Amino acid sequence: MLKGDNTASLLSMRGITKEFAGVKALRGVDLDVVAGEVHCVLGQNGAGKSTLIKILAGAHQPSGGEIFWQGEQREIPNPVAAIDMGVATMYQELDVVDGLTIAENIFLGHELATGGVLHRARAARTTRQLLERLGHGNLSPHREVGTLSAANKQIVSMARALSHDAKLIIMDEPSAVLDAEEVKNLFRVVNELTSQGIAIIYISHRLEEIRQIGDRITVIKDGASMASGLSVADTPTPELIRLMTGRNVEFVFPPRRELPADAPVVLDIDGLSLRGIFADVSFDVRAGEVVGLAGLVGSGRSEILETVYGARRASSGHVSVDGKRLRPGAVDRAVTSGIGLSPEERKSQGLILDEPIFKNVTLSNFARYARGPLLNERRERAVTREQIEALELRPADPDRPAGTLSGGNQQKIMLARWLVHGTRVLLLDEPTRGVDVGARAEIYALIRRLADAGTAIVVVSSEIPEVLGLADRVLVIGDGRVLHSTPATEIDEHGVLDLVMKGTAA
Amino acid sequence: MSEQTPTTVSESAAPTQAAPPEKKSGNAMQRLLGGAAGRNLGLVIALALLIVVGAITAGDRFMNVENFLNIIRFASIIGVISIGMTFVITAGGIDLSVGSVMGLASVVASLSWVQAAADQTSWLLMVAVALAVGGAAGLVNGIVIAYGKVVPFMATLAMLVGARGLAELLSNKQTQIVSQQGFLEFFRGDFLGIAWLVWIFVIAAVIGWFLLGRTTFGRRTVAIGGNFEATRLAGIRVKRHLVALYVLVGVSAGIAAVMMLGRTTAGTSTHGTLYELDAIAAVVVGGTLLVGGRGTIVGTVLGVLIFSTLTNVFTQNNLSNSVQSVVKGVIIVVAVLLQQRFASRPGRSS
Repeated sequence: MLKGDNTASLLSMRGITKEFAGVKALRGVDLDVVAGEVHCVLGQNGAGKSTLIKILAGAHQPSGGEIFWQGEQREIPNPVAAIDMGVATMYQELDVVDGLTIAENIFLGHELATGGVLHRARAARTTRQLLERLGHGNLSPHREVGTLSAANKQIVSMARALSHDAKLIIMDEPSAVLDAEEVKNLFRVVNELTSQGIAIIYISHRLEEIRQIGDRITVIKDGASMASGLSVADTPTPELIRLMTGRNVEFVFPPRRELPADAPVVLDIDGLSLRGIFADVSFDVRAGEVVGLAGLVGSGRSEILETVYGARRASSGHVSVDGKRLRPGAVDRAVTSGIGLSPEERKSQGLILDEPIFKNVTLSNFARYARGPLLNERRERAVTREQIEALELRPADPDRPAGTLSGGNQQKIMLARWLVHGTRVLLLDEPTRGVDVGARAEIYALIRRLADAGTAIVVVSSEIPEVLGLADRVLVIGDGRVLHSTPATEIDEHGVLDLVMKGTAA
Repeated sequence: MSEQTPTTVSESAAPTQAAPPEKKSGNAMQRLLGGAAGRNLGLVIALALLIVVGAITAGDRFMNVENFLNIIRFASIIGVISIGMTFVITAGGIDLSVGSVMGLASVVASLSWVQAAADQTSWLLMVAVALAVGGAAGLVNGIVIAYGKVVPFMATLAMLVGARGLAELLSNKQTQIVSQQGFLEFFRGDFLGIAWLVWIFVIAAVIGWFLLGRTTFGRRTVAIGGNFEATRLAGIRVKRHLVALYVLVGVSAGIAAVMMLGRTTAGTSTHGTLYELDAIAAVVVGGTLLVGGRGTIVGTVLGVLIFSTLTNVFTQNNLSNSVQSVVKGVIIVVAVLLQQRFASRPGRSS
């Protein structure tokens, strides 16, 4: 089990505090890591995980507390010191350079050279060895990193850590950008690293993952460690959630309501196709119904939503709202007809991060509040305040830039935008990506309440249990086709995967 | 659509995220200095310093009303272009063609048959022609950029080259003297003792300020610059708006052409050469982000005034253009460096 049982402490952080201009980001965090273990750090957004990582990586200086590295008290004044000490950090936004080759990336900043002349062959050889250590000997050191998948970029990042002879690798939500298969591969690599005595600090929202890969857990809440070094195997999930949120949250979905027999069809999709991506997709959604699209990454789920919305132009087929056909490839028409999309990448496709909450909420509507061409920001703020109250959006300040909010609250901005708009059809692409466990329940409840109020909802999620728990009806998507349509209560995760496998094999 | 009422979900929601009372980040002073007012304050201080330098080095030759009006008159043509430029840059674009479009518009509006037609009707015909030429060039830019998906830098660079060539062809590289009496008389005149050039600049600045900050047009502009994809997915017709923006900056180049004709009483294909660079410099020094998403007309006006005051101080002291250019370059770099320091964007880092 605990691989590092008898090993001496590798890293020990004691009572770490950090203040930013009078605001306490960390109020006392203890963290002990031993060689060869996977130590998970769990906490909601804003709990202080990022600050903690940055202190370890030498990017921030702690305001108080002590750091011991292999038993010796140390300071980490800058990122170079962290690397020299043996701490490597894989940030979520991987710091690889797309235009350089794998080998060039790995030796960036510590090039193998004599008098400025690079030893390209030696770099390639070492790179190949490092990649082999990570079980990826098939990657060519000369491949340009920009052509790699997110998963393989992570491998490059890990290889670079190894090239620095790292003893501790910090992984900040590495699975966020990976699909199920890639996550499995990542875990294999992590296991290989730990078997070589390297310790991993693993940050993730996904409790299932922590169960699979973690040895011990440290839970952080509001800048303080609530529990340090809990054994993964002996700590039940509800206990973890209680520690993270300070309350008992059952990971349950809101109850479904029986759909009235005469609920009208709001969204009707007929033979929709997008060449090369998906073909002949037909389904309808009734008022008050939540339809979930389940399938693997790359099955065409998100593309179906985007095509319904008009963000991509269908090569054939029709989308109708309330019986009226939409023009293909025209987002503005879709919006005026009452369709709203909360896109997969909230930050790049949904929000204007530097703009205040209220401008984001009214982005589809500000013209409606305007008198002719004149903006009416007072009304926009008032409408936003109503939504802030109804959705319990925090911080409750319409003028706060959207980019400063947590993932869950950013998702609420997207919901508020369409609520204000009076949307009849809501398309939700990964509504809980980047949303922590506590806020997820809130988002689920909101989605269900919107449905109960008569909105037709389509949900896409790569987490199959989420689709099954949230939807009334599930469409299983594989290879760009609808493989199966069933009430959500009559299928389980296994059944979905079964269909997907069969469908793909056929 | 507009009849739909906002929906609110009113039942009490699921467990609230424990939200501690939020502290406003930083104290009032920091907020002020970090905000738009603070950035403009910096520009005002820079301008004041320049004036002090002018007063010390050139004394009364510098410190008199006539000279100050001169500075503003000198700033007015670049100023009008810069106001148009502020819009495209705020939207994340750029227009390199303004200078040569201005040259082209000055040539077309002063063609002998246009002047003859103006003699028959009104001098305003020449104005209309210049504005139409500018608008048409902007329309082409906008369509190529929005619908042809050519990056603004390249599309407008092509227009820069093309419009200049067209102006040369039409004018046969000759300077076309403006002889239209109505036109000349208007620009010889003034209003309340202040030249029309200055008034046009002031009016353009007020309209620009209002348009960018107070109207739906301005909101769309900022939104597109802040996040093009999100704005598109929010249902805003971003392509149409982009075209409108390039037409706007084109028209501003047309206005500048009219002002140039009024000031020099001649149209030539070399009018406006390198004006695009002066305009971009003024806009960026003024605090508009080159990557888009934030724009300020007040800042642009101050930026233009800083450069024209600088020129005036140097001229009063008989310093060469070359020294001036070096100082200008330094100012641009310093301004952008300061911008990056103060405008650390809270939304992007955590």
